[in-house]
Amino acid sequence: MTTTAFKEPVRQAPSGVAARASRRPGRLRRLSLPYLLLLPALLLELLVHLVPMVIGVVMSFKELTQFYIRDWGTAPWSGLGNYQVSVDFDAPVGEALLHSFLVTVGFTLLSVGLCWLIGTAAAVFMQDTFRGRGLLRALFLVPYALPVYTAVITWVFMFQHDNGLVNHVLHDQLHLTDKPSFWLIGDNSFYALLTVSVWKGWPFAFLIVTAGLQNIPRELYEAAALDGAGTWQRIRRITLPSLRPVNQVLVLVLFLWTFNDFNTPYVLFGKSAPEAADLVSVHIYQSSFVTWNFGTGSAMSVLLLLFLLVVTGGYLLLTSRGRRAADV
Amino acid sequence: MRSIRAAAVGAVTLSLALAVTACGGGSATGGGSNDSPKTLTYWASNQGASIEADKKVLRPELDKFEQQTGIKVKLEVVPWSDLLNRILTATTSGQGPDVLNIGNTWSASLQATGALLPWDEKNFAAIGGRDRFAETALGSTGARGEDPAAVPLYSMAYALYYNKKIFAEAGISKPPATWAELVEAGRKIKAEGKSPLGAEGSNLSENIHHAFVFAKQRGADFFTADGKPDFTNPKVVDAVKSYVDLMAKDKVIPAGDAEYAQNQSVSDFAKGKQAMLLWQTASANLKSQGMSEDAYGIAPVPVISGTPGGGTQVNSPVMGINMAVFKNTDNLDGAKRFVKFMTSDEEQKILNKAYSAIPPVKSAQADPAFAAPDTAVLKNTLATSAAALPQVPSESQFETTVGTAVKELFADAAAGRPVTAGSVEAKLRKAQQQMPAA
Repeated sequence: MTTTAFKEPVRQAPSGVAARASRRPGRLRRLSLPYLLLLPALLLELLVHLVPMVIGVVMSFKELTQFYIRDWGTAPWSGLGNYQVSVDFDAPVGEALLHSFLVTVGFTLLSVGLCWLIGTAAAVFMQDTFRGRGLLRALFLVPYALPVYTAVITWVFMFQHDNGLVNHVLHDQLHLTDKPSFWLIGDNSFYALLTVSVWKGWPFAFLIVTAGLQNIPRELYEAAALDGAGTWQRIRRITLPSLRPVNQVLVLVLFLWTFNDFNTPYVLFGKSAPEAADLVSVHIYQSSFVTWNFGTGSAMSVLLLLFLLVVTGGYLLLTSRGRRAADV
Repeated sequence: MRSIRAAAVGAVTLSLALAVTACGGGSATGGGSNDSPKTLTYWASNQGASIEADKKVLRPELDKFEQQTGIKVKLEVVPWSDLLNRILTATTSGQGPDVLNIGNTWSASLQATGALLPWDEKNFAAIGGRDRFAETALGSTGARGEDPAAVPLYSMAYALYYNKKIFAEAGISKPPATWAELVEAGRKIKAEGKSPLGAEGSNLSENIHHAFVFAKQRGADFFTADGKPDFTNPKVVDAVKSYVDLMAKDKVIPAGDAEYAQNQSVSDFAKGKQAMLLWQTASANLKSQGMSEDAYGIAPVPVISGTPGGGTQVNSPVMGINMAVFKNTDNLDGAKRFVKFMTSDEEQKILNKAYSAIPPVKSAQADPAFAAPDTAVLKNTLATSAAALPQVPSESQFETTVGTAVKELFADAAAGRPVTAGSVEAKLRKAQQQMPAA
């Protein structure tokens, strides 16, 4: 595409009239300038994203273990073998991947839902001006601003069985549990992960929804108030419909981030996550870099990519249809 | 607007997918050369209390090497959690150090990558010969029948560390020699309100080392003679269950230890909260945490019955650190000279004393410093009752998969769920099925 657009003016360059010819180089420069400016970014995109992705796809068709990583090009082809292993849900590798996938879907839906809900509620609450609003808004954004590693490692300390703050509050102070719970191993690890994910994710939702709220004309609320609409009606009839375009992007971005979140579970649980919190990103990492099954890990990554593309495509289609219907 | 959004979404999706898809890759087929004869890069594993402490130990020795040879050594101390992945990345890219430390249990796995210099007779001759090294240490340098992929640098073994004061208060006169005695001692210690034994239930390598010893004491192996995983062998199942039962049934390991993975059990022992610790060369670590050497005793790891040594009465894996040379080094001769220097009698004494390890070089072992009671137990264990972990290419994967299975079983035990032969077998079967085809 770039090449065609770049060459087009050159092919059309006439050879006859001198005046026109003198204007050509200027026009050529003007036409080609945007593409020249884009070229470094395109090259980087190619190098940083597309080439590794193509390599990843090639690897997924290879029997790539530690015997071949020194020169992975020599690894024998395995055809669709890695894909078959990954989707054979009756065999352990496929079964573990499916389990991990289902855990991730459940986790993502809950996390995104809660992030959106808390973020929206906070943004609506913060719409009214009151003393200390600026400070509160800044505080809300702290989890989003903190480096992930620092934030999550602090949670690791808080979730410790013997000396952690969470058990101290839940067990020692509030007496909600009959004995201190384990949060970093066993079934509770899912809730520990969800807590950290929501804590870390809702400020982003808050930020985006707050920005979206700035675009809703105040007159609408005033008119609604004159018509006798209550707070809940104003939120339902004005705020939420007006936020729809913002929410569409917000939910999609949160979904993609949460589904692929690697840092949170890895810092929280290390390289072998408990079964209840075995997110697909760490699962693939483990297949590739811990058990050194790089071929299978790559095949799983490609499957994940396809899933995300389908979900994203379907989501965009649905939302654009919804918008068209609304426009009509 | 729509196209911008679609482009943004596409970019985000691609970036995220790439985070898990891209493995990098490249060719590193080049052999070694002597193009840079005056410099070496050395990756040392973190042996001491901290990376800074290691630098303090190693830097003077590396300066000494520079004075002797004119070769400047660039040192990087790599934490254990990063080391294997760093080596793997260096193997893939071909951009690694010239000389590096590896955990001796990884020798066969890393040997299979073909990235390490094989120590054939000629290379061994350059560092004084193969005979200088203890046979037990050489047993963990690569697959049987192949030239070693590394040279032993520090040797270590597991031992039972016990708190003398807690033992005296509980009326226990001598350290337990069998597991039954340990459980019995545990009951008395618990009656005194102390925790009997520490463990690192979420540390995969620790889990493997203990499970291996329990298996060896039952005459079982995790791999068949031809290198195939055999994790569901009834004796292996019994071994793993017996280890986890120390928490699940015998209650001598506290439930809280199920989530330990950062040496918290060593801290508990150093602080006097816990009576016993099964650890490899813990003295330096205990000292750095303020525990006096008089406060604890050291004994061999218990066995099923009788005494350790000989036959199936194995009570420790052969632990230790090996030194390897990347095959594609630009200073092949210098790398070998450096290995020779680090394995010389003098350096072996200095370094192994600093890390409270045992020199794998036989002539250095004779130094009186290694005859003190604590090191004598470790030395004796290494000489008579230690066995090398499986020297198979998939050893590092075995550590992860079986280590994870034991971690999950500890989580069950901590949550009060039953740990049965069936549940152990199911976890081990899953671990076996996750192993890559050899």
